Amino acid sequence: MSKTMTGAKMVVQALIDQGVDVVFGYPGGAVLPIYDELFQQEKIKHVLVRHEQAAVHAAEGYARSTGKPGVALVTSGPGATNAVTGLTDALMDSIPIIVLTGQVPTFMIGSDAFQEADTVGITRPCTKHNWLVKDTEKLSATLHEAFHVALSGRPGPVLIDIPKDVQFATGTYTEARQVETHYNPQVKGDLAMITELAKAMETAKRPVFYTGGGVINSGTAASQLLRELVAATGFPITSTLMGLGAYPASGDNWLGMLGMHGLYEANMAMHDCDLMINIGARFDDRITGRIDAFSPRSKKAHIDIDASSINKVVHADFPILGDVAHVLEDLLNVWKARGRKTNTEGLAKWWGQIKEWRAVDCLKFTQQGKIIKPQYALERLEALTKKHDRYICTEVGQHQMWAAQYLGFEDPNRWMTSGGLGTMGYGFPASIGVQMAHPDALVINVAGEASWLMNMQELGTAMQYRLPVKQFILNNERLGMVRQWQELLHGERYSSSWSESLPDFVKLAEAFGAKGILCSDPDTLDDAIMEMLTHKGPVLFDCLVEKHENCFPMIPSGKPHNEMLLGDASTKDAIQAGGAVLV
Amino acid sequence: MSPLKIKKGSTSHSAYDLRPSYSDTVERHTLAVLVENEPGVLARVIGLFAGRGYNIESLTVAEVDHQGHRSRITIVTTGTPQIIIQIKAQLGRIIDVHKVNDLTVEGPSVERELGLFKVAGKGEHRVEALRLADIFRANVVDSTLESFVFEITGTPEKIDAFADLMRPLGLQEVARTGVAALSRGAV
Repeated sequence: MSKTMTGAKMVVQALIDQGVDVVFGYPGGAVLPIYDELFQQEKIKHVLVRHEQAAVHAAEGYARSTGKPGVALVTSGPGATNAVTGLTDALMDSIPIIVLTGQVPTFMIGSDAFQEADTVGITRPCTKHNWLVKDTEKLSATLHEAFHVALSGRPGPVLIDIPKDVQFATGTYTEARQVETHYNPQVKGDLAMITELAKAMETAKRPVFYTGGGVINSGTAASQLLRELVAATGFPITSTLMGLGAYPASGDNWLGMLGMHGLYEANMAMHDCDLMINIGARFDDRITGRIDAFSPRSKKAHIDIDASSINKVVHADFPILGDVAHVLEDLLNVWKARGRKTNTEGLAKWWGQIKEWRAVDCLKFTQQGKIIKPQYALERLEALTKKHDRYICTEVGQHQMWAAQYLGFEDPNRWMTSGGLGTMGYGFPASIGVQMAHPDALVINVAGEASWLMNMQELGTAMQYRLPVKQFILNNERLGMVRQWQELLHGERYSSSWSESLPDFVKLAEAFGAKGILCSDPDTLDDAIMEMLTHKGPVLFDCLVEKHENCFPMIPSGKPHNEMLLGDASTKDAIQAGGAVLV
Repeated sequence: MSPLKIKKGSTSHSAYDLRPSYSDTVERHTLAVLVENEPGVLARVIGLFAGRGYNIESLTVAEVDHQGHRSRITIVTTGTPQIIIQIKAQLGRIIDVHKVNDLTVEGPSVERELGLFKVAGKGEHRVEALRLADIFRANVVDSTLESFVFEITGTPEKIDAFADLMRPLGLQEVARTGVAALSRGAV
């Protein structure tokens, strides 16, 4: 039974068949036939963003918060080039998204036509795979294959470039099940190596689980198995920025986030452990610090679905290629079958040591006076929202690190942040994508004023689709992280790190028809947050915070884990003294 | 906790100055990469080498299975053992790549390259060029009263040696195909 239809109709049909319910996009000449088809159906909602970059970030937010692929649709030329940042972001953080771009007609490709760009050429290094489809007969099969590629193995962004004549021409629609692919990455880990790891876990005196975004990407079963494994072994667990929520922040064995701005106890445990079990993380430079001083006395296990991640930067003593959920299931089974043994004496001592590190209380700060500390703002936000059905997005910078430190994540897929690429402007459009996927949930974007302005035009999108996203801006009138580095490493020469000529955020919100709230007083902060939460529509919350607060703890680049800087929050002068707070 | 003393205003520690301390013996490896013969597949492979800073000493590519739509890319690359492993893993990630074989480590293999040499000269030089070509089993594929074009196949080393000998005899132009390689024995 073959169905004949136009290429444009195939696009919509394939999206429906793949279970897509929302597409984020922006029309233009080269995608008009597809927009025409979208107009004539009701199964797929289209969200008109205000900039193509936002369409891709919204698709990322949708994907990260649901585990399903996100879809963006943009036109040729500038539409495609504006999507490049989002594609690169998704590639770095392994987020499955499908980006459809229009292209000039096949007979005009290469002629420098209006709004022509070599989209597959430009996006080749920033997609997991991409296709230029020159024949309508091949279009539907390519679309189905694109979903398969985006979701299989290590997930990532894919792009399909569709010339306008291919959209108009008719061809035969191929069902997803008819599509053959040779791309089927291995998901089961090597049992012999898993057994070796189980043996090592039985004798380890100072073990630590180091988990990453791969656990989230593997699906909720992976998080479930991880929790079971941690509970059964009693080992401490830390996570990268991307992996927050896989293990609950309220869990007994949780050490907090590790890395450059990770918690003292997490980084010290990484440095001093004798068995490091990396589950779906990739030894990023923000995690390892100086490589030759990284956890010098440990044996390292590395569970990853991407062979190129294993032994890339850190030698793995137990390399296990496979999907996290599959490997954890086998690991649990093997370890249980061998008698559920751990080195209880060693573990007790290890936890004693960890307790001492915890006592340092590296996140402590003192809120006093009439200026809101950013940490305090997040502590209050956490207290007032943690019982909600809550999703958190962030932009990039100090506020992002503080959010990771001071907010607790109990479940996977609740935390959307740009980790690998560090894309300022990610959070607001991502929050729109999240809210589209979870209309009744509380979606908060913790932002800095500088990052937020990078995609501020999306306030129009939030208003148009009545998406009650809460933009919680920690406004220090600085490019805070840049300023911090300039203070610590560039002799306090604050080159272009002041946010000059900032808008009145309340008026800005009102100009779009949204609600704006200004808060600068710690005493009224709770009330202001409650006002934000009870308002039904989008809110722009302008929280004026301490301008020169530094984000601690911090491992300076090129330093090992045990040489962290701890801000001394108990010092009264900490606010004014800037760099002098270093211990 | 060992406190770190950073002097305010001291020089910056670049976040990217994090060199690993692996073995730095550089090895030469010949990789055979079987790929789907799709548009852009060569760009993906070359882009990978350029984007990640790997070396390409030679690269040949041609369709080897018309029916199956497969091409074979033979790449000669150099790098530390760590880098070579990375290159193979990164190649394996490309969706259009079916198989990556490292012919240098996977048992004995044969490597051949074809070269065309244009040599111009008169008298003694011309006779000597022809004599050496004979020793190297090169064929004359074009000749005029002042020039020859020799065709020679062999290992890259043999072709290098031939080039060295031809240079003083009036070597004008060289075209080389790069290495094609197969493992020895049955699959």
